[in-house]
Amino acid sequence: MTTTIDRPGRYGPYGGSFIPETLAPAVAALDDAYRAAQGDQAFWDELNALHQSFSGRPTPLTHARRMSDQLGGAQIYLKREDLAHTGAHKINNALGQGLLARRMGKTRIIAETGAGQHGVATAAVCAMLGMQCIVYMGTEDMERQKPNVFRMRLMGAEVRGVSTGSRTLKDAVNEAMRDWVSNPESYYLLGSALGPHPYPAMVRDFQSVIGRESRAQMLETVGRLPDVVVACVGGGSNAIGMFHGFLADEQVDLRGVEAGGRSAALGEHAARFSGGRPGVFQGTRTYVLQDEDGQIALTHSISAGLDYAAVGPEHAKLHDDERAFYTSASDEQALAAFQALSQLEGILPALESAHAIAEAMRLAPTMRRDQIILVNLSGRGDKDIFTIAGVLGVDV
Amino acid sequence: MTSRIAETFARCKAEGRIALMPYLMVGYPERGSTMALAPALEQAGADLFELGVPFSDPLADGATIQRAAEQSLRNGVRLPDCLRTAADLRAAGLQAPLVMMGYYNPFLQYGIDRLCADAQAAGVDGLIIPDLPPEEAEEASAACQANQLDLICFVAPTTPEPRIRQIAQIASGFIYCVALTGVTGARTELWSGLPDFLARVRQHTDLPLVVGFGISTAAHIRQVGAYADGAIVASALINTLDALAPEAQTAGAAAFVRGLR
Ligand SMILES: Cc1ncc(COP(=O)(O)O)c(C=O)c1O
Repeated sequence: MTTTIDRPGRYGPYGGSFIPETLAPAVAALDDAYRAAQGDQAFWDELNALHQSFSGRPTPLTHARRMSDQLGGAQIYLKREDLAHTGAHKINNALGQGLLARRMGKTRIIAETGAGQHGVATAAVCAMLGMQCIVYMGTEDMERQKPNVFRMRLMGAEVRGVSTGSRTLKDAVNEAMRDWVSNPESYYLLGSALGPHPYPAMVRDFQSVIGRESRAQMLETVGRLPDVVVACVGGGSNAIGMFHGFLADEQVDLRGVEAGGRSAALGEHAARFSGGRPGVFQGTRTYVLQDEDGQIALTHSISAGLDYAAVGPEHAKLHDDERAFYTSASDEQALAAFQALSQLEGILPALESAHAIAEAMRLAPTMRRDQIILVNLSGRGDKDIFTIAGVLGVDV
Repeated sequence: MTSRIAETFARCKAEGRIALMPYLMVGYPERGSTMALAPALEQAGADLFELGVPFSDPLADGATIQRAAEQSLRNGVRLPDCLRTAADLRAAGLQAPLVMMGYYNPFLQYGIDRLCADAQAAGVDGLIIPDLPPEEAEEASAACQANQLDLICFVAPTTPEPRIRQIAQIASGFIYCVALTGVTGARTELWSGLPDFLARVRQHTDLPLVVGFGISTAAHIRQVGAYADGAIVASALINTLDALAPEAQTAGAAAFVRGLR
């Protein structure tokens, strides 16, 4: 099996750069700048230093003992990205791209956000580096992720509500792209392994710290690699970052978990691999939820960060190659997983991450006690307490 | 055989005027509107038409065209309806070249070869795909060529000189010169760098240069007439339609286009 990239920006038939001509030079300049940074040890040294001093890396690995015992099967380990500064893996990418933007001499940063975690991470990095920060966010997401909207504003970011389309992540990406088309000298700090080349590769590289650390921590603390690695897949950045640590270990089973939402009907979920087909959307060729005429479908998930119609192009290739497998967890399963982890381990997971926990809870009882499931706990659940309270019928 | 597009630009040039290319979102404002609007605008002096295929996520478009696309989709218009509209316009005697403008995904899902064959059969003369840069256009370009369609290329104010030269080499029909750094939408003023930009493009091609994005008034058309071969008017036309009562729209749009001269 190969997972090599045939041409830069291609993952088999997926990827590429489907953008308006106005942006072609900006995207090419970004590609050049990233390539130059890639070969510059000083860039990575600075990033690694900030990972430690600003984000609190490395994030720990936690053995979820009570949950494992209760399920009676495989041992569940959690990679604690929820403990990274600003509360999710998103800071890894925001820091990397923030440093790249500064290196390119950029002063105005644009970003989109779904759950608000990428927006918060970008706002933090912009504040720390002294750059202007404008975040586009669907108005439905602003409503369900209110705490993050306020956190962004507290750090000096301007949050612009987007009320077109489904008023969620895809509409925020459209609006951020429109801003970039109008201001190509700005830096577009895209938050997932999506969009035109070089974003999918660059975001993956910045998130690969998750997989690298995890692999070393497994070997160090347990003495062996996990049997299964599980991560939730929105655009796919936390998953691709985690998976890359284990791609070469062919015996490790890689599992991505998409949002199963309310049902398997188009519009009720965000399970691109089971419900979508290849298409071109927002700059890249990949699996897309769409109707038969190629109109992009609306999506639903209880978690704003997974509520998106397309998936990163590298996942499309891993899927077709059968190097990784993609399943989904429903809103209900994610909520149950949220509560289970909260009560058994004292960890409130982000609703996105709860999808990965749900898959681990499903798998563990089918495995032996000496087997290991490593779950990427991509973020913490504080942002979701109002959504959860609403579902539970509690007033907070 | 010279194409309808080439003939039209040659005729306009011989008559010493800029070609007018209104943009009509198919099925906007009503599902059947385009069948009335296009012939009326041709009568009023339109030389070519850009027929917009609605898409759910038009990321190169501003609020006006986004809204029109949403309405057209709500009216039930999809790509096959757009092809049928083109065929019906030809059957009704429309002479002007029709250039179909749409985002790539609906075209891809329909099948690029099938689209080009059906478009040609419907009397369409070219395709404009704003999210398909030349680097990704191999398949579309081959299918267009096989069906005598022009795949229209863009150049933008941000396009560097060497890239303009490359694009000019592969372009056919005309070159779509983006008149500003931004998305579509009516503007009050033209970008001051436009004459220089067009002069730069002109150095690399004899193809007609058509400006679009923000062109809104007769004064704009007069200004760009000095250095461009054609002008696309989209959002300003949609705004005109929106300001009129349904029964006054066809005549009002025709008056607007007449007024652009
Ligand atoms: C905590 C958390 N996990 C996962 C995601 C999904 O994004 P990705 O698939 O890029 O990791 C998000 C996105 O907002 C998030 O906030």
